Amino acid sequence: MRFGILRFPGTWSDVDCHYAVSGVLGQDAEYVWHKDGSLDGFDCVILPGGFSYGDYLRPGAMARFSPVMDALYGFAESGRAVIGICNGFQILCESGLLPGALRANRQLEYRCQWTTLRVERADTLFTAACYAGQCLQVPISHGEGNYYADAGTLDALEREGRVLFRYCDSKGAATAEANPNGSANNIAGIINERGNVLGMMPHPERSCEELLGSADGALIFRSIIEYASPDSASPESASPESASRGKLQTSGRA
Amino acid sequence: MVVGQDVLDEIALTRAEYDLIVERLGREPNGVELGMFGALWSEHCGYKHSRALLGMFRHTRRGPGVGAALSETGAENAGAVDIGDGLAVVFKVESHNHPSAVEPFQGAATGVGGIVRDVLAMGARPVALLNSLRFGPLDGGDGGAAFGGGDGLTSIAAHSPASDGVGGSASIAADDVVGGAASGGGDGPTSVAARGAESGVVGGAASGGDDGAASIVASGAESGGGDGAVVGRNRYLFGGVVRGISWYGNCIGVPDVGGEIYFDPAYSHNPLVNAMCVGVIEKSRLASAAARVPGSVLLLAGAGTGRDGIHGASGLASRTFEEEAELRPTVQVGNPFLEKALIEACLEAVDTGAVLAIQDLGAAGLTSAVIESAARAGRGVCIDLARVVRREGGMSAYEVMLSESQERMLLVALPERVEEVRAVFRRWDVDCEEIGRVIAEPVARIYDGGELVAHLPVLPLSEAPVYRLEGRASAEDLARRGFSLEGLALPECGPGETLLRLLASPNIASRQAVYRQYDYQVQTNTVAGPGGSDAAVLRVKGTGKAIALAVDGNGRHCLLDPFVGGQIAVAEVCRNLSCVGARPLALTDCLNFGNPLRPDIYWQLEECIRGMALASERLDAPVVSGNVSLFNETQGQAVLPTPVVGALGLLEDAAGAVGAGFPGEGLAVVLLGPGPGESGAGDLAGSEYLRVMHRLTAGQPGIDLELEGRVQEVCRAGIAAGLIRSAHDCSDGGLAVALAEGCILGGVGFRWQGDGGGGSRWDAALFGERQSRIVVTVEGGRIGELEGLAADGGVPAGLLGFTGGDDLEIGPEAGGGIGLSVAGLRAVWSGALEAAGG
Repeated sequence: MRFGILRFPGTWSDVDCHYAVSGVLGQDAEYVWHKDGSLDGFDCVILPGGFSYGDYLRPGAMARFSPVMDALYGFAESGRAVIGICNGFQILCESGLLPGALRANRQLEYRCQWTTLRVERADTLFTAACYAGQCLQVPISHGEGNYYADAGTLDALEREGRVLFRYCDSKGAATAEANPNGSANNIAGIINERGNVLGMMPHPERSCEELLGSADGALIFRSIIEYASPDSASPESASPESASRGKLQTSGRA
Repeated sequence: MVVGQDVLDEIALTRAEYDLIVERLGREPNGVELGMFGALWSEHCGYKHSRALLGMFRHTRRGPGVGAALSETGAENAGAVDIGDGLAVVFKVESHNHPSAVEPFQGAATGVGGIVRDVLAMGARPVALLNSLRFGPLDGGDGGAAFGGGDGLTSIAAHSPASDGVGGSASIAADDVVGGAASGGGDGPTSVAARGAESGVVGGAASGGDDGAASIVASGAESGGGDGAVVGRNRYLFGGVVRGISWYGNCIGVPDVGGEIYFDPAYSHNPLVNAMCVGVIEKSRLASAAARVPGSVLLLAGAGTGRDGIHGASGLASRTFEEEAELRPTVQVGNPFLEKALIEACLEAVDTGAVLAIQDLGAAGLTSAVIESAARAGRGVCIDLARVVRREGGMSAYEVMLSESQERMLLVALPERVEEVRAVFRRWDVDCEEIGRVIAEPVARIYDGGELVAHLPVLPLSEAPVYRLEGRASAEDLARRGFSLEGLALPECGPGETLLRLLASPNIASRQAVYRQYDYQVQTNTVAGPGGSDAAVLRVKGTGKAIALAVDGNGRHCLLDPFVGGQIAVAEVCRNLSCVGARPLALTDCLNFGNPLRPDIYWQLEECIRGMALASERLDAPVVSGNVSLFNETQGQAVLPTPVVGALGLLEDAAGAVGAGFPGEGLAVVLLGPGPGESGAGDLAGSEYLRVMHRLTAGQPGIDLELEGRVQEVCRAGIAAGLIRSAHDCSDGGLAVALAEGCILGGVGFRWQGDGGGGSRWDAALFGERQSRIVVTVEGGRIGELEGLAADGGVPAGLLGFTGGDDLEIGPEAGGGIGLSVAGLRAVWSGALEAAGG
């Protein structure tokens, strides 16, 4: 399948995402400059990490006004997969494609470290290659990854099963100690109502090869590749628990 | 016209230098011209006091092939080394000490930005950052959290006729001299009172007093402001520097993969901030900074030029300074977002083939960029300052020429393809304006609109005078070295408590509180980042190879013996590479010293370079780039002589790198190099143990470079053969700390089975810092293979014990031994830096 990787000035995970999906996973990938107006021909768009516009004003606050964002709204609307990683997650929140906001880390410091993520459900196009409850080793690297939303929004996210990844300890427990930035409910990643837009602070593109410490992040890209391509089937859930939640629409073009 | 002394002071030129300028020009320079001379003849740009000595780094690996140096040292902005597969690695370390002392956050941040542009000026993509930092103690004690109180400024007076012929009483003012107590005389009366030191330790050391060997005295000399204020400022500097590096490095997407931090009172007023950047490039695409072709166009790209940083090179980096606040406006302010765009735009512009040369604007800004580019090619330049994009109105020609505004690059482009280059920058929303041309005649013609504001021949500008001074060791230096450690009392607390105190020392404790603030993974090449191995390992995409990187330097060893200390600095950084399995290819160095006009400091500099050059040759790792930072001195207090050495190594198999932690249970732990049985009190020279437990920096460090080379070779061979599973060098804290760190990092215990050794001196056996020792692990069934490998390589290899269980157990031969849980060790080691104010 074909990945479009957005480049804003200040983006730096663009090359890493490109290498992960093309170099490691053998897919087509192309950079999309933020001033471009079209996302035609892509099956999945990645908003990579970095410091778009230097995080000036607020992370993601400037990037949301880039010309490519209009095309992104349409792309998301069409049901195709969008994944925002780190700064990409911040941009998705600023643009309203996802609810909530990313505040400064609880420690008021940058954090680069390995985290363990618990996969909350496996019946989404981002986790279909995982099983519910699976623990993934994926690193974080951010100063503002402390997810926050008002109580009503958090309730809705939980109720609708839209929390996709949670920071947890090695046994899969979402403890305060395992939470690297103070995020609400240990949230590491969420999806939109329709289930085709994912925002996550951790960097799956950094954990696609055992040589670099973990290949768990590749499961997220594999899920997209296997289940979000135009001719793929809907994701089969990998555990009975997640199956009971029903299936999400996986591809607007199917 | 008579130029006043005040004018010369401002640009740090002497009257004699001014007279030389007049002689070379055949006339008086005007104000702009004098400013240009001041900047280029500054210590920072002109290497006036070090150039004559740097010639000792003459060793180069003979090319071609892997390891060949691809640029002449000093000829380009950074050294380039062939790593095979058509690729080259470009790297350099540089200081930003003075700006960081004045404004730590921006000082450190712009230090990172500056070194990145040096690598960019070679056309290479920056792939890694490292840094080497030095600060004063973060607590009232002496770097050791165990010592509270801390107002006690102890110094040591040696009344030793034997101490290298230094007659009478030489005072060793190594201890806690936070600003000024080094000035000998004041220590006057020798009272035996160690204030602020824990009982039983320092007092015990004085026991040899009767025979005239040593007595410990407390000098009442207190630095202005008091200890609390000094410690508070040290914390401010430390926090600011780390945040500045984090802020800038993280934003530009270059991983910060390694480094080192040391604390010592000698750095209280003069922190050292050395940043290293590493780039990778296809060998055939290496860019030059030489403006060779007359008629080619000079393009100034990046940030607008403002009034920041004027006199940064001459005023800030080239003399000692007492009034920090006055100099604050000379510190530059960074914009990492713009730097990131500048990196991408420059690399894209170089890719077009329309760029003939590229040069960064660093110290001395536009002046140094245009003059050095021209000087490299024997050409001249003609530029118009009116075309320089400015950040503010009303700037004079002088200010534009000397501004050190950050995030600027000079490109030399083919005239017919200028538009192509400018289009690249436009796409990135980065300014790029034509400011002039390269001309055949070797002169610099600087216009401001229609007015010719400077007209100088390039050669005298770019050739600062070189001074060869006479160095002489000070009496204190020699006394410190001659101080006998034989009479030192063993700590009453025993080896277990000693180990815990060392693990809690901010010089040994985990650096996680710092490096977790640095993105060390971006660009997805980091096979081994900070914390888990002796060197960082980065795979090289498209090959199976990896490069290994480390940076190291030990000011205490150099204080005691700069010749030996210089050798150790090189040996240790190469050893770090060997411990991950990498063959050292090349070095870069940053020499941080005090005021070279002092004979003792000049002696340190000269001896240190001599030692480094020798080790560089013996270990076949040529110095391919470097930087010198002198005048690191405040109120007469110089920093420890601190050579910081960065090293590049190569691993043929990226997956074959090993870490420092013990990787499992039941592994044999073997020491490559001299065993604990061969230790003696002399091994304690300059050790962290001596500092923490005896508050002392003394003794004669030593190293055998031939043995060093053999030990490293055996270690690399063992790793390449898959025999050695982990390797960690014995460095700060000696063997016991190396074992403890192996346990902590591996999450497994260790049980000693060897000969405790050391005779009566368990401290030397366990905590001595004898060089050329590496702790390795090997499968129990393969000990013989390793022993055979070591024997063939002429290296002693002794079995120390086996991994397993939950405790670190050593002894009981060694002073009653050590028996501590790994969990307990980890708790002390992992939290100490944070607790100390990190």
